[in-house]
Amino acid sequence: MTPPVPLPPRFLPRARLQHLLDALARAGFRCIGPQLRDGAVVYDTLESAQALPAGLRDRQGPGAYDVTDAGDARMFAWANGPQALKPWLFVPREVLWRADRGADGALAFVPALPSGPPLAVIGVRACDLAALALQDQQFLHGAFPDPYYARRRDELFLVAVDCSHPAATCFCASTGDGPAASAGFDLVLDELDDGFVVRCGTERARALVAGLDLVTASPAQVDAARRQSERAARAQTRRLPGRNLRAALFANLEHPRWAEVAERCLACGNCTAVCPTCFCHAAAEAPALDGAHSEHAREWDSCFTRGHSYIHGLTVRPDTRTRYRQWLVHKLGAWHDQFGRSGCVGCGRCITWCPTGIDLTVEAAAICAEGG
Amino acid sequence: MNPHLPQEAEVVERLQESPTIFTLRLRLTSAAARAAYHFAPGQFNMIYLHGVGEVPISIVSDPQDETVLGHTIRVVGRVTRGLAALRPGDRVGLRGPYGRGWPLREAQGHDLLVVTGGLGCAPVVAVINYAILRRTFFGKLTIIQGVKHAEELIWRERYAYWRTLPNTEVLLSADHGGPLWPWHIGLVTEVFDRAQIDGPRTFVMLCGPEGMMRAAVAQLTARGVAEDHIYLSMERNMQCAVGHCGHCQYGPDFVCKDGPVFAYPRVKELFGVRGF
Repeated sequence: MTPPVPLPPRFLPRARLQHLLDALARAGFRCIGPQLRDGAVVYDTLESAQALPAGLRDRQGPGAYDVTDAGDARMFAWANGPQALKPWLFVPREVLWRADRGADGALAFVPALPSGPPLAVIGVRACDLAALALQDQQFLHGAFPDPYYARRRDELFLVAVDCSHPAATCFCASTGDGPAASAGFDLVLDELDDGFVVRCGTERARALVAGLDLVTASPAQVDAARRQSERAARAQTRRLPGRNLRAALFANLEHPRWAEVAERCLACGNCTAVCPTCFCHAAAEAPALDGAHSEHAREWDSCFTRGHSYIHGLTVRPDTRTRYRQWLVHKLGAWHDQFGRSGCVGCGRCITWCPTGIDLTVEAAAICAEGG
Repeated sequence: MNPHLPQEAEVVERLQESPTIFTLRLRLTSAAARAAYHFAPGQFNMIYLHGVGEVPISIVSDPQDETVLGHTIRVVGRVTRGLAALRPGDRVGLRGPYGRGWPLREAQGHDLLVVTGGLGCAPVVAVINYAILRRTFFGKLTIIQGVKHAEELIWRERYAYWRTLPNTEVLLSADHGGPLWPWHIGLVTEVFDRAQIDGPRTFVMLCGPEGMMRAAVAQLTARGVAEDHIYLSMERNMQCAVGHCGHCQYGPDFVCKDGPVFAYPRVKELFGVRGF
């Protein structure tokens, strides 16, 4: 991606947001954006700006999520839904290849690389961009770049929106990942009452914005956007007890809190499904009934399942205590070794979508602060 | 290069090693794939059984012969049960080799001690063969193998042959012996006293159950073997073999790509902790 281009911020009136979607569609992108569905904000194909969740606010807490209508025109005045970018790149089920067996018993392996137009995702949050950078590290920047993820990632166009209304579960300010997007986007929008302050992060975004014929944002608009982001950071009440908890976690592997949290944890895997950085997946084989063809796929997996640590007759992590510990010690601890930073971007989804309301910030504080 | 895509391989030979252990000798069917394939002892392949799935299997044959690859397999699950039924001429998928193998270059000039438990022998038998074919590279070669039950010992004739070689010692042990078990009865770590280990001169390669390896590390360091001269082969659930799927994450590493062979200091932090 090209480095950010110095270009004065522009102003996009809300009524002209559709022009941005149209320009992206003309450039060959399939637009994906947030919409209200089944009582939650989800990301799906977006052709009309009318489908964006105008007036919507979300209320989040441990094990709690609901939405209300504030009656205004703001389209991005909510924090996040259960998922955003992850399922579009690291898809929940990806067929990797097909094995065809001929009449003579010979096997042919046919890759099943994804096809289709590149995606443009509207309304990406700072936490999602930070998570995307980590997924890129996992799937693209190692010794074995993943061609399936790469194909989806390659031309991905990212329209970020700086968070103006963080939820009670948000703590991206404490992880250093938000609420304002600082890198990794093509375009970033700050939503004001009457429209958006637009800044470009890439050359292709600059070309796209040039075609929209926008006026330069006024100093007052730019200042309002900045102050809104600062307010959003100050509004956050949750925080992790530090940016690097590796030493504290590894020093407390036998802390009694692990057994205590296991009493509340259902090991359902919701946290790993909504986590934008969790990348575990399992191999899944789907043979056709004719016996000649078989599809080899990968599917999201969770370290909370029994099968995750199974090796011929032995389950390395036999109980919820060791599985919860595995998740947290990896996410907040060993990620520093593997990725150079924590695996948590402060989105708070694991807190909201935990059916029993387990709060990672509370557990981390209890384990790292006491007796360590 | 698609790291997930297997290549076709043909079963050249199938050997029954014990009632539940067999060896498949496989050859990649494409000449280009054979030419591109190189491995080191301690590495593994992903073997695919059509319609069932993949399993990680160590390569037991010598790297001098890279055209026919030996894989010794115990029947434990759906894939291995199906692999056991294959016959010469049958086809499988193969991708690899994966992981880091044994530090054979670093070990040159040292005594070599190979300690294995159970089927642990398979990943290091390649090392033993390697050392025997290049005997002058190493000092004394000591092979210690333990099994639970005497009848689980495979490759008896190989051990019998190895013990006839100069400057080579073979010590076998079974937790439960039998009428035809002439060797030690008890824990494999109990035979360390008889091995006359020259600690500072020794490189150790360990493979087997973690409890056995933990006990062995304690015995070896007490005998003056440097911790960074102790290497061990770790086993974890592996489904992708390229560090993507997360099942084999172990502290700072993914066992499939950063291991399976590790110097002991690298795994020491978690090695005694159950549940990782």
